[in-house]
Amino acid sequence: MLGAERAFCCAGCEAVARAIAAAGFEKYYEARSATGVRPEALPPPAIYDDPAAQREFVAAPLEHVREATLILDRIRCAACLWLNEQALRRVPGVLRADVNFATQRAQIAWDPRATRLSAILEAIRTVGYDAYPFDPRRSDALVRRERRRALWRLFVAGFGAMQVMMYAWPAYVDAGMGALTPDAAALMRWASLVITLPVILFSCGPFFSGAWQDARRRRISLDTPIALGLAAGFAASAWATVTGRGEVYFDSIAMLAFLLLGARTAEMFARHRAGRELEHLARWMPSFALRLRQGASERVAAHALAPGDLVRVGAGERVPADGEVTEGASSADESLLTGESRPVAKRAGAALVGGSVNLEQPLTMRVTRAGADTQAAAIGRLVERAAAMRPALVERADRLAQLLTYVVIATAALAWAASGNVWVAVAVLVATCPCALALASPIVLTRAGAQLLARGAALTRSRALEALEGATDVVLDKTGTLTQGKPAIARVVLLAAEDEERCRALAAALESSSTHPLARAFRSVGHGPTVRALRNVAGLGVEARIDDRLVRIGARRFCAQIAGARSVKPNAQVYLAEKGRWLAAFFIDDPLRPEAPAVVAGLQAVGLRVHLVSGDAPRIVGALARRLGIESWAGAATPQDKLGYVSRLQAEGRAVAMVGDGLNDAPVLARADASVAMGAGADAAQLQADLVLTADRLGALQDVLVIARRAMRLVRQNLGWALAYNAIALPAAALGWIGPWEAAIGMSASSFIVVLNALRPLAKKETWKSSTSSSPSRSLSYS
Amino acid sequence: MEILYLLVPLSVALVFLIGWVFWRALDGGQFDDLERPAHDVLMDDDK
Repeated sequence: MLGAERAFCCAGCEAVARAIAAAGFEKYYEARSATGVRPEALPPPAIYDDPAAQREFVAAPLEHVREATLILDRIRCAACLWLNEQALRRVPGVLRADVNFATQRAQIAWDPRATRLSAILEAIRTVGYDAYPFDPRRSDALVRRERRRALWRLFVAGFGAMQVMMYAWPAYVDAGMGALTPDAAALMRWASLVITLPVILFSCGPFFSGAWQDARRRRISLDTPIALGLAAGFAASAWATVTGRGEVYFDSIAMLAFLLLGARTAEMFARHRAGRELEHLARWMPSFALRLRQGASERVAAHALAPGDLVRVGAGERVPADGEVTEGASSADESLLTGESRPVAKRAGAALVGGSVNLEQPLTMRVTRAGADTQAAAIGRLVERAAAMRPALVERADRLAQLLTYVVIATAALAWAASGNVWVAVAVLVATCPCALALASPIVLTRAGAQLLARGAALTRSRALEALEGATDVVLDKTGTLTQGKPAIARVVLLAAEDEERCRALAAALESSSTHPLARAFRSVGHGPTVRALRNVAGLGVEARIDDRLVRIGARRFCAQIAGARSVKPNAQVYLAEKGRWLAAFFIDDPLRPEAPAVVAGLQAVGLRVHLVSGDAPRIVGALARRLGIESWAGAATPQDKLGYVSRLQAEGRAVAMVGDGLNDAPVLARADASVAMGAGADAAQLQADLVLTADRLGALQDVLVIARRAMRLVRQNLGWALAYNAIALPAAALGWIGPWEAAIGMSASSFIVVLNALRPLAKKETWKSSTSSSPSRSLSYS
Repeated sequence: MEILYLLVPLSVALVFLIGWVFWRALDGGQFDDLERPAHDVLMDDDK
């Protein structure tokens, strides 16, 4: 008997089975484990513990932390998310678990010393869901299956509703005339019953199984009122048909099912669409790469690449991993990662970002990071994690939706008791739409994350959207934020009758191997003169022989040793001298980002107060602040001073958005209400900020604010609409003013409106990225 | 009116038949991509 039960096993039975196993009867199941596998056999979770298998989907940000993305199956509504989160969080050793509605994925972090991935997957199966580690191909199959099943359910409900309506029509027309013989009327009723049966059993299956699963756990979900309404209506009608007494409303039931499923299907399409916007992050990486090994090339899977491999990237192809160019010269389009569409020149030694497109000439590259370690993968994980974490406003809405469900069921019971008419209760159960409260914000959040990324800003925590929207003050750091964070030669003063170009070339040649921070200012790609006997003198500079002359670059006293003591202009940072004479003095500066003035002006134009706080000398900071029109500024600020500055503003009741380079400002960023870090991809995963400007482009800040405001406005509109609708619909249905079919139309329309609203553009100008990225495959399949 | 006793069951059978046909179409992948056909119209491929 137990064996037979297990053969028809649903998720619910499985949970029971597990409870039995936990009670100490697991020996029995051990013997039976071969029959326990469900038709769609999953690989035993234990294989996911294999480090080789984990390489694909598990990241290790810290030594004792592992992160992975799981695709969850059988998720239907916000209540499921809650349950999965709870189940995951209860596993000992799980550090974090967040579930994303739009992509049906869970972001989890765990301590490998305390638990294993297979144990975490088991925990999800225990509560009646399924999880697979994220793998894009698997997700596709999942989406297709969900789509087909939803359309099939919708079709059965829609077609059934039409047909039942035809059988009901004679009864409506005939009402009281007596032309319809009792036998014919009974025939119509039975025909209606036969057709409504699959509509209820098959099309409405998700409502019932959802409600049933929650009932078993003594909880109520958004499915519960709908399932109760449909069941009550169908049972009453079926009883009337069998006994031949009373009214039948099969037409209402079938149409109800059709409209509800219509709303649910629309929501599913919207969810897939929002998920796709994020999905294309995961597809930045091509599947295959041409690996060079001992002169021969072989085609391998991109994720099989390892650091150190040599890879050939043809013109027009995507770079399969992070790495650097070893051979060839070309340019690359890195817009997917940075939002910057201008091609970037690439020559030998230049860094290549996985997922960017090699535009002109074939390149040979050496892989530095592959697979899940690449920048693109890291950013994709960050953004996905952000979409999974909900802002406080949305968390409150979810709790409200839960509460509303109880109110609805209580009201329905009261209305039934008071009116004695089951149809009033059905109307109440169906009319209210707590779904709208829970549905639409995840879609908005996922889209906001994807659209921000397209503009070069990776949202790592969704709460930042709320905080950015409410920010009144923006505190900017100087170095690396307003300035480019990399030194450049501001001015060259020639001290001898030498050509400036030659002095620069000499300096570049000398500094080419130096690790001093200022040396970066001299780097150039061109070929300099040949250098011999290069010698680094720590803290002073570099000397070498060029064209048989001794040349030095570095501190003044270092150069003075060979140039003679003749006094020179004293306040440059770097000097160049050769035996017997001074050549040049270099003034090094960290140049202002070209877009900085416009960004500051733009922030001020939308009513934000802009502050400048920097560790640099007050004189420099003050000058910069005046130049940018910033009134409040502070110089010579230590990290503690910066923290104090932000805390003071917050004490005045201001909401502060802090923009910094993300490494030195970590404590301040953590203190601010919203934190933005400038970061060129590589560090994105380490930066402790809500939002990382991956393009290293300050201009993205304005887009970020626009999108944050717009996204939060959409969320608010949706919540407001859902609340208003329910406030009207609930009492109206309870008083019997609206019938079941009107209730169904109202509920469906409400869901539609919320979903459509969530799909409105978030920024004035939509980028074409998502469409262009998918067009190659489209044209291929077309031809 | 006797014809009803034939026609109504017939229509019920027809519903299930059409449902089955739709299922075949769905299972064959006809509804997997509802966006591409709209684009196909715009793509001239008469060669």
